[in-house]
Amino acid sequence: MSEEVIVSYLASAIRLSVPLLLAALGILFMSRSGILNIGMEGMVLIGALSGVVGAYYFGSAAAGVGFAVVVTGLVGLLFGFLVITTGADQVVIGTALNLFGLGITTVFGRSLLGMGQEAVRVNGIPSLRIPLLSDIPYVGEALFDQNVLAYASYLLVPAAAFVFYKTNWGLRVRAVGENPLAADTLGVRVHRIWYICCLIGGMLAGVAGCSLSLGILNQFTENMVAGRGFIALSAVIFGKWTPLGTMGASLLFGGADALQLRFQSFGIKIPYQFMLMFPYLLTMVALAWFSGKSKQPAATAAAYKSLADRNG
Amino acid sequence: MSEARSVNEKAERWVKAVVEVLFYAGAVLVALLAGGLVMAAAGVSPLEAYRLIWDGAAGDANSVKETLVKATPLLFAGLCYTFAYRSGLFNIGAEGQIYIGAMTGTMAALYVPGLPGFAHLPLCIAAGAAGGAVWAGIAGALKIFKGASEIINTIMLNYMGIYLVSYMVTGPMKDPSGTLPQSARLPESALLAKLFDSRLHYGFVLAVALAVILYIVLNRTVWGYEIRSVGFNKQATKVMGIPVSRNMLLVMMVSGAIAGIGGYVEIAGVQNRLFQNFSPGYGYDGIAVALVGGAHPLGNIGSAILFGGLRSGANAMQRMTGTSTSLVYVIQATIIVLVVCNRYWFGGWKRRLIASLAARFGGDSRPEELRAVQAARETALNVNKGEGSR
Repeated sequence: MSEEVIVSYLASAIRLSVPLLLAALGILFMSRSGILNIGMEGMVLIGALSGVVGAYYFGSAAAGVGFAVVVTGLVGLLFGFLVITTGADQVVIGTALNLFGLGITTVFGRSLLGMGQEAVRVNGIPSLRIPLLSDIPYVGEALFDQNVLAYASYLLVPAAAFVFYKTNWGLRVRAVGENPLAADTLGVRVHRIWYICCLIGGMLAGVAGCSLSLGILNQFTENMVAGRGFIALSAVIFGKWTPLGTMGASLLFGGADALQLRFQSFGIKIPYQFMLMFPYLLTMVALAWFSGKSKQPAATAAAYKSLADRNG
Repeated sequence: MSEARSVNEKAERWVKAVVEVLFYAGAVLVALLAGGLVMAAAGVSPLEAYRLIWDGAAGDANSVKETLVKATPLLFAGLCYTFAYRSGLFNIGAEGQIYIGAMTGTMAALYVPGLPGFAHLPLCIAAGAAGGAVWAGIAGALKIFKGASEIINTIMLNYMGIYLVSYMVTGPMKDPSGTLPQSARLPESALLAKLFDSRLHYGFVLAVALAVILYIVLNRTVWGYEIRSVGFNKQATKVMGIPVSRNMLLVMMVSGAIAGIGGYVEIAGVQNRLFQNFSPGYGYDGIAVALVGGAHPLGNIGSAILFGGLRSGANAMQRMTGTSTSLVYVIQATIIVLVVCNRYWFGGWKRRLIASLAARFGGDSRPEELRAVQAARETALNVNKGEGSR
């Protein structure tokens, strides 16, 4: 196998991991605070569409990302309202959000951007080659010849770790995720933490969607997320609810996705449908392997009415 | 308490049922409004679109039959979700189980020759059920043995099931005499007979019968009691000596079998061949069908017909206006949110309405306060999420 094949494989593995990592970090924020977001798939789809719509109407990829972040941030708050204030079942609301995302992006995708051959293409996020670092053999080009969102996702991992483990707020988030009542009695404002985490999760979903639509394809196609929202969810579980672990899992699943595209050039002859199954199969295997061994935040998906709101 | 209640118990039950039905009708109406807003924003006249949807769904005898044709797989999918939901499991995998059931059923239809219809068709249906049961059983087994989320696994299995069928119809099961990626035509002995000389077939009757059977199993058998108990409180159920893990696995498999039958019925009743993407997301529609049906097997019948009409109407709309049928998903999502949030948003309001109506029609002798307290207590006792339309 030549160096060229390996470098191009690594580069595409990283490129395909970025949306997963961004979505998974969004889920991680929600999940550490105890909110189970099954609806990430729908959120990322909405982000992917809004990114292209924003880039098309405002004329730049950066504006597209900004627009997407605003839209999915609002979607995150709406999700928050339904599960936090209303206390509705998080799995059911997440499922509804997935249906909503699929429906609304398909309808608006067609009416705003056209479909098929005539679909609008926009200028994607330019890639940025970092001098010196990108000259490292093999990994240099794969890691440091990517677009801005990829670099942002690298930086978000240590940033998230810092927030969770070194700041007061991060401690509060983790405390709420383990036991909202205990946190509340200590004066932590549980609902506010949850809303902020939903907002962060939603905004990261928007960036994740843009990294797919503006970062890879430069257009929106129907149902383009294709299960990545769910794969991101299992990346969080596989990564044991830590930022670093989540990154590792995202790289693994992104690598599987890139491998799936390259089976043929690697000389592996199996029907293409089985290649397409590979990332999903790996997700199931990883989930089965790790589910028993890692422990989710104790208060996952628990509804909680804050003490201040209770009567008497 | 019972002597005070007996006077108006019957009236209260009726009032409750009527208010619930009205509430669901209201939720559907609001969701249609939301869909209309989306259409307006997408540049389509909602009135025109809804007229097309109505004509396509219920305009004449033929469109009504077409609605029932579409309602059939939706009812199977809804029952699949309902059955798992009642025992606290989330089977989001009806779509994959429909595909696998259709595949295994078609295998039995094509590769077990020479049987008469009365033996062949049941065999094929059983094969479809087995396929769906195995596919859902994988997620069930991973759940109980490995603690892996059945939600994620059933979704992953959806993608894998769809790709597996795609492989089978382009490879091993491809019609040898044709060029299209589809299986050979099913023999007559494996097909479902048509009703009233139309596209409507006996699958609809089968689905309704299955709904009734599931109602009886859930509400009138010991096993039904056990699995509802698992859904209500796993620890307590275990303490009572009911095997929780075994029941969870069984429920997943039965739930998958229901979807599997639905998959084969779609092939044997409508398509007559297995091919790629024959289901436009019936499995996902099933979630909305189940929730709007109050997670009650008989309630599913009504909501399946509603969503069947929406689907067949939306097909007509897509042909005429080019607006994607995916609009249906927006409407479904809105209905789900309204239904799921109803206890919070409308619970107190509904309780008061029921209490005052029951008093008017049932001649309740209880003082106002006692009535309210008892009603509140009853709601508090019934928070079991599966008990939506008791």
